[in-house]
Amino acid sequence: MKNKGTKLLLNATYLLLLLSIIRVITGATDLTSVGTASAALLLSVPIVLAGLGGLFSERAGVVNIGLEGMMILGAWAGGFIGSQHGPWLGLVAAVIFGAVGALLHAIATISFGVDHVVSGVAINIMAAGLVRYLSTILYQGGSWPGPSQSPDIKEIPLNGLPVLSGGHFFGWQSPDILTPIAEKHWFFISDLVGIIRGITGNLSYVTLVAMLFVPLAFWVLWKTSFGLRLRSAGEAPVAAESLGVNVYAMKYAGVLISGGLAGLGGGFLAIVAANHYQENQVAGRGYIGLAALLFGNYRPGGILAGAALFGFADALQLRDSQAIHALILLIVAIMAYLVYRDIKKGKMLSGVISFVMGAALLWFYFAVDELPGQLVSMTPYIATLLVMSLASQRLRMPAADGMPYRRGGLR
Amino acid sequence: MKRLSIQKIALALAAPVAAAIVSLVVSSVAVLASHKSPMLAYKTMWEFGTQGGSLMEALNSATPYYIAAIAIAVTFQAGLFNIGVEGQLRLGALFSAYIGAMFTLPPVLHVLAVFIVAMTIGGIWASIAAYLKVKRGVNEVISTIMLNSLAVGMTSFLFAKYFAVITEGSNNMTTKELPTTAWFPDLVPLLTKLGLPEIQGASVNGMLVIAIALGFIFWFVVNRTRFGFELRASGANPIAARVSGVNSKKMTVVALVISGAIAGLSGLPAVLGETHAYNMGFRSGIGFSAIAVALLGRNSAGGMAFSALLFGFLEVSSRALELIDIAPETYVIMQGSILLSSVIAYEVVRRFKLTLQSKELAKAVSA
Repeated sequence: MKNKGTKLLLNATYLLLLLSIIRVITGATDLTSVGTASAALLLSVPIVLAGLGGLFSERAGVVNIGLEGMMILGAWAGGFIGSQHGPWLGLVAAVIFGAVGALLHAIATISFGVDHVVSGVAINIMAAGLVRYLSTILYQGGSWPGPSQSPDIKEIPLNGLPVLSGGHFFGWQSPDILTPIAEKHWFFISDLVGIIRGITGNLSYVTLVAMLFVPLAFWVLWKTSFGLRLRSAGEAPVAAESLGVNVYAMKYAGVLISGGLAGLGGGFLAIVAANHYQENQVAGRGYIGLAALLFGNYRPGGILAGAALFGFADALQLRDSQAIHALILLIVAIMAYLVYRDIKKGKMLSGVISFVMGAALLWFYFAVDELPGQLVSMTPYIATLLVMSLASQRLRMPAADGMPYRRGGLR
Repeated sequence: MKRLSIQKIALALAAPVAAAIVSLVVSSVAVLASHKSPMLAYKTMWEFGTQGGSLMEALNSATPYYIAAIAIAVTFQAGLFNIGVEGQLRLGALFSAYIGAMFTLPPVLHVLAVFIVAMTIGGIWASIAAYLKVKRGVNEVISTIMLNSLAVGMTSFLFAKYFAVITEGSNNMTTKELPTTAWFPDLVPLLTKLGLPEIQGASVNGMLVIAIALGFIFWFVVNRTRFGFELRASGANPIAARVSGVNSKKMTVVALVISGAIAGLSGLPAVLGETHAYNMGFRSGIGFSAIAVALLGRNSAGGMAFSALLFGFLEVSSRALELIDIAPETYVIMQGSILLSSVIAYEVVRRFKLTLQSKELAKAVSA
């Protein structure tokens, strides 16, 4: 265990070192700035929540493409209730709405054995239609400013670590030591400090709670008997049933928790990341959450890593297209590593392919000064595809994931 | 024996009828929620929707749905799910409008050339998902979703930066208009010649003919050819298919590429028959509605035709709801609830049939 921890720390250090080298070379200071780290965290949270939602569902053996729809429901409920009764109730409503969407998915897939992907896609289509209908009615009724936008929601206060990141407690405004260091642009140190300051300062309380869900999910799924039963429903439902586990109940629990988390992720988008609900606010984040789940090999820590990656890509594209340009160099570096690995393993062909792609990217880097906006906005999706194509082969999904289960062995 | 056949008919009808009832109830609740009478809403929709002009419009909106649904059904038959139709059809439409306007050919040939461009682009885009699936083990559902977002970004980038021509004094960006040789003829003149009463301003997109032809080809290939059998076999049971000599990896690639090619075509009714260019108003969401059409139609040529028409009808007829102060978006609720309840109803009926069969078998064995 300790060995694994040090390895992880070492890898993170290498990555950061690489980033700071690239920052120094390209002068794209936003690559590791406080603002980027802070935005990356903010944008990772909904993806983490969606990914954890997917985790509970798929560990119980139900594929959940419907995460997107559940997030949409959550975002809408967050905007609707949040603008009327305050942000906290809005978040509660988001959880409930997400769970209602999940209940539909559970009834269809678990009780009636509908194909999981089919049901999930149906729920996505239905959720998008439902909120559009409801928003239109509210707009016609005069309580919403537009047919695709809710009134503003009160803000949830922000806070940070005391002394280091300028948090405030009981009326005392602590100093902020880290920001000046981050702005010095010292090699490595400022990069590290910038990221730490970004993820420990100006945090929403909701972000904190959401991040705590990561260890909590691990604890529930791997350290409690409930978690063991839930996972057994996803690995070997027949064996689980024979040992007295109520497989249907476990699957229902998994899918409902999944919907609640996805709904919260949607609510977060409306209430914390923005201050109102807007149509298309979710914009595929449910799917990216699913990709983070696969990237993370159906484990909470991996989901966090995947979500951080997507959040980082998303933050960079929102803040600064110059930084995305610098990021091409990072991909070139990764390609160089792949070439080295392939050649060491004797896989000449794939080594050559990687080399050619890396060289083309390097040429692209020098040929283009700045990427146009529409292309930059594609970064998270390209990242998803790249990562999936590199990571998919070492995945191990729950053994009975996606299979309809019927008590008594009937199909 | 006679009782059995009645039972068979009842079972076949049970699912669609149940789905229709559930969705009627759900949409009535939705209408009631806005303090309006559902009966009045349905009556208005029916009266408006069954007018000749509305029916033609419904047909026009069903045409791309049907083509795109066939694209999805091809992958379904092979046990795959191409959610990326939206991206494939957008790229296909953009490129075919752009490339098609660069040259002139004799009338029929020009249209064919544009078809080939659209199919090639759609197929190439889908082949990325096929490559990722076969070589890198990436689930095609995830990859096609990502490719959708990429395609939307790419089309808007290419369109705004390279493909669009800006006309003086107009805010509408559009590609160069296609030469008339590439226009797909409208069916109205033909229909009036056949004795249909003339309706002011009516049009029936000629691509309807292509859609119907595609439906027949789809039915024939899937059900009556060796290739179709292998496609279905690799979908139904990949291991058994491999043992009997079907290369399921090849089938995956072929199914996805064909699907992408057909998806590319589904953007053409608008490009060739309506706008004769790709412009900013290009209708989005066809690819997603088509998923619903394919699911509702159970991937059969006839079923999808019915559901495409139903979706088109609901969309067009619900416009009349605005006249009685009901949100026209009601049709989205209708479509969604029909979809979900029919998916469930078919599964329930399937299970019920299985139980019946096993009971009958038990009776036969014990007797």
